[in-house]
Amino acid sequence: MSRITGEHHALRKFTNAAFSAACVVATVIAVVPLFGILYYVAARGMQGINWDFFTQLPKPVGETGGGMANGILGTLKLVGLASVMGIPPGVLAGVYLAEFGQTRMGSVVRFSADVLSGIPSITVGIFIYSLVVLTTKTFSTIAGALALAVIMLPTVTRTTEELLRLVPESLREAALGLGVPKWRATLRVMLRTAAPGIAVGIMLAVARVAGETAPLLFTAFSNRFWSDSLLEPTASLPVQIYTYAVSPFEDWHRQAWAAALVLVSLVLILNISARLLVRNRVRKQ
Amino acid sequence: MSFSLESESSSAMLAARTVPEGKSSPSASDAEASNPLAAEFQLNTKANSKMQAEDLHAYFGNTHVLKGITLPILEKKVTAIIGPSGCGKSTFIRCLNRMHEVVPNAKAKGKVTLEGLDIYGRDVDPVRVRRRVGMVFQKPNPFPTMSIRDNVLAGLRLNGIRVSDPDTRVERALCQVALWDEVKDRLDRAGTSLSGGQQQRLCIARSLAMEPEVILMDEPCSALDPIATARVEELIHELREDYTIVIVTHNMQQAARVANYTAFFYLGEVVEFDKTDAIFTHPKQRRTEDYITGRFG
Repeated sequence: MSRITGEHHALRKFTNAAFSAACVVATVIAVVPLFGILYYVAARGMQGINWDFFTQLPKPVGETGGGMANGILGTLKLVGLASVMGIPPGVLAGVYLAEFGQTRMGSVVRFSADVLSGIPSITVGIFIYSLVVLTTKTFSTIAGALALAVIMLPTVTRTTEELLRLVPESLREAALGLGVPKWRATLRVMLRTAAPGIAVGIMLAVARVAGETAPLLFTAFSNRFWSDSLLEPTASLPVQIYTYAVSPFEDWHRQAWAAALVLVSLVLILNISARLLVRNRVRKQ
Repeated sequence: MSFSLESESSSAMLAARTVPEGKSSPSASDAEASNPLAAEFQLNTKANSKMQAEDLHAYFGNTHVLKGITLPILEKKVTAIIGPSGCGKSTFIRCLNRMHEVVPNAKAKGKVTLEGLDIYGRDVDPVRVRRRVGMVFQKPNPFPTMSIRDNVLAGLRLNGIRVSDPDTRVERALCQVALWDEVKDRLDRAGTSLSGGQQQRLCIARSLAMEPEVILMDEPCSALDPIATARVEELIHELREDYTIVIVTHNMQQAARVANYTAFFYLGEVVEFDKTDAIFTHPKQRRTEDYITGRFG
């Protein structure tokens, strides 16, 4: 009969405590950068935030004041347009992979999507530059949005596929068993059931491209004024942050921090609303 | 009777099983004379068989799952399919509304008629077949994104069929499955908010709302507790007035309780098909007897 008391327990308890402590430390290390960035951006950014920042164009070099209204609008336009161009093909490709992806063609598409998501974003920028900017002979919102859409595409595709696969096969069978054609079952049962999750994936993809700078440098370029048409260069927050941060002017540094704060807030809002969307959905059931 | 005799080539079995009424086959060997199906087939002319499987083979990839099934499904009767796991019961009923081929690499060969028309015929649309031959699955599978009401109407809605009286349809289908009183005050709640037994009755209501002629039930009670099981069995009793029902079950008492006819499947073949009491009181086949008395399976 083995003893149920003794020192060997002390060693095991110590090991247990040590591992628990190590996990806590690792967790803290993991979240420190996030809160560090948030705190620093908020603290520095608040100094530059004022009404003018949201409503005014940048002032000419040498004058203080002014704002980044064109950059904010430019980012919204770029991201909005990129979503319109990137989300529908991404979702449909995801449906293809989930429903018909067990073929050679399917693995080719899946592999391509994975490779595409690993391609550095600046490469995508060069690609769109040579494809669109050189042919239209102008930097433009369209070109910038296209670059962002390409970056978004593989994330949306793979998220859609993964989430569709999580929908129980029994639901499809239920629909088919009712005499529903396959395409309707896919659209109205499978995709509908996976929709909240897919929405989160899409929002995260959108949030990610909202902060992309490199591909915009030589597609959307930048603009110190309003961009009147989609075929003109446009300002955007990330590029503006870059330009202002590397400038020698103290006032521009202040504005770069403010722009960073606005950008981070935009991304956070997208992230949080995506999560709320799902939570409400879950609670309803 | 030995095993080898039973597993003769399927065409031979087919011949033995389709002996026309009144004409006994003089060349019948012992095996054929005691062929479990012959008597039944003579009893039941095709007139009252709603569906009929003839030399039906089914495959998953290279695995031969059904090896020449010939079986009538009699109109407005309950037919139970019993047999040990893996004998092809589920595959068989999934072949009856062409749900088998939905699984990747699954194939079916042979003939299944619905009122004389081969549902595996060239210009037959499987989607149409499934509207006439409904299905209830092993695990309750209401649509999680739909309310109770919308679940009942799901077949119509998803098919884009407009009806003038959706509320009457919902009430009628839910009354048929004796669920109306339990849910009438919360029709807008999610279908998945119900208990397991209620969900399964909701799924039955969902297929009834499509007004099918035949209902296939694949172990409809295996995920339910005894009380819920009793409710579903009661329901099957009532439904057989109007519908032709095929039920796969692992539970032999259940087959004995609900079915008019019972087929015993073993290794992808029909060993015996007869009136339920005959199967359970004096099975003609040794293997049937062994199975129902619990000696194997």
